[in-house]
Amino acid sequence: MKLSREEIQRVAMLARLRLTAEEVERFTEQLDKILQYMDKLNQLDTSEVQPLAHAVDIVNAFREDKVTNRPNVDALLANAPARDETFFRVPKIIE
Amino acid sequence: MNPPALTLHEAADLLRQRELSSKELTAAVFDRIAATDDKVHSYITLCRDSALEQAKAADERLKQDQNSHPLLGIPLAIKDNFLTLGIRTTCASKILGDFIPPYDCTVISKIRTAGAVITGKTNLDEFAMGSSAENSAFFPTRNPWRADRVPGGSSGGSAAAVAADQCIAALGTDTGGSIRQPAGCCGIVGLKPTYGRVSRYGIIAFASSMDQVGPMTKDVRDCALMLEAIAGHDPADSTSVNRPVPPYSEGLTGDIKGLRLGIPKEYFVSGMQPEVEQALRQAVRLLEQNGAVIEEISLPHTEYAIAVYYIVATAEASSNLARYDGMRYGYRARGKDLTETYMLSRQEGFGPEVKRRIMLGTYVLSAGYYDAYYLKAQQVRALIKKDFEEAFQRVDAIITPTAPTTAFKMGEKTQDPLQMYLSDIYTISINLAGLPALSLPCGFDSDALPIGMQIIGKHFAESTILGVAYSYEQSTDWHNRKPQL
Repeated sequence: MKLSREEIQRVAMLARLRLTAEEVERFTEQLDKILQYMDKLNQLDTSEVQPLAHAVDIVNAFREDKVTNRPNVDALLANAPARDETFFRVPKIIE
Repeated sequence: MNPPALTLHEAADLLRQRELSSKELTAAVFDRIAATDDKVHSYITLCRDSALEQAKAADERLKQDQNSHPLLGIPLAIKDNFLTLGIRTTCASKILGDFIPPYDCTVISKIRTAGAVITGKTNLDEFAMGSSAENSAFFPTRNPWRADRVPGGSSGGSAAAVAADQCIAALGTDTGGSIRQPAGCCGIVGLKPTYGRVSRYGIIAFASSMDQVGPMTKDVRDCALMLEAIAGHDPADSTSVNRPVPPYSEGLTGDIKGLRLGIPKEYFVSGMQPEVEQALRQAVRLLEQNGAVIEEISLPHTEYAIAVYYIVATAEASSNLARYDGMRYGYRARGKDLTETYMLSRQEGFGPEVKRRIMLGTYVLSAGYYDAYYLKAQQVRALIKKDFEEAFQRVDAIITPTAPTTAFKMGEKTQDPLQMYLSDIYTISINLAGLPALSLPCGFDSDALPIGMQIIGKHFAESTILGVAYSYEQSTDWHNRKPQL
């Protein structure tokens, strides 16, 4: 086993996901199997290989620092789970 | 005439000849949906009223301008991960169950300007994560050819809608095969363009270094017409590439004399359904008869592609999906404090496969594992891309099966995620390398299920692969077969 239940719990906390006891069991087993499969990458010597993040050569796309869109506050707030006039209403963040 | 069964170019011709109006066509498509969608379940959301209004407006424009855009008045189905102004966009997730976008994605703006009619939003695996359309939070889509089979995924709803004549053509997205594999399973044409060819602005992000938008159509000519309509540079997507868009449909001559086609020996391995291999070998012979030169090639790092993909894609997904926190939009659960609100909203809002991938992606990026998994995967990704670069020094395009088997049974792979991942074996390397690739039908197996052939091209060589596909299609009639519904 590469993965422990505690490790799964730690990763779930990093991802801000609450898991049920049953999910912890299942994910521990499934992710362990998937990670073992991924170990096949260690068959390859990549010490001289530059990592590739993007497949197509791309350079930074710059534009002038100019406002091009006017935010429509009502449209943007229309999907908010809770709102207060022109603000998002959220749980208390600072104790 | 049976209007819903028309191809896009046939319908466009009839609209211009006044043999058919967009309103008649659109109404007939909705009749077809009403008659068949309780069996197939392609659509999450239907837009009948707005579609009929768009059709009416298109008919007005057609009267005034005979040289208008080929998409004018054509009913198109849209995968439900494209942001559509005013039309609910769920990504087949409970977390976006009520989400109504405040803007159109660039591709939708383009087809709206062209005058296309939007029939509705099609089903997918939640957040485009899956190969069967079974991971939808709402319902699974069924394969129009056989109700006990999956339509493939993640663009399963779009593929099924095209195959079942519930639209004239459709749009999908492809991160690891999500256009091509369902196109193969449903016997239609599906193209994943080169990374950067089509704007991703307003497409709900899954794995940003690989996501790409593409057409799903009834034949190759339609595919070329759709690509022309959606391709092009977009300043709102900094990864979109500023290159002219060739007139893809005008380049379809059917002439492939002297074109060099590579067959990668690593793709013919155990686990492939014998009928898939036979169909592909026959298709290759036919392309040879049409003048192509066939050559065996090697893509030596093929066996590592799935491991690389499921590290890179889940890492990017775990980061992209961090935005679903229940604060500004989407589902919010009630927790006792902020952290618990986040954790409960995400627990209740995401389905099992999305959680599994967020967990995997978070793990491979976390302290102590980044070098072993994520960095290693990016290095092997470079080797996979290099394999293709070397192959493309010898050949103009590469021919492979789209998937190792025809459409599998519903429920067959849902309990074993790794088995599900392995069904993407022929499609994912292409996303890792950013290449364009197309799937088109090349036969049927003994269960009367379609078999897909994949044609892979060099970066921005969509014209070449469309040309090969067109040559094959002209010599066969697989694309004219229809499922009985």
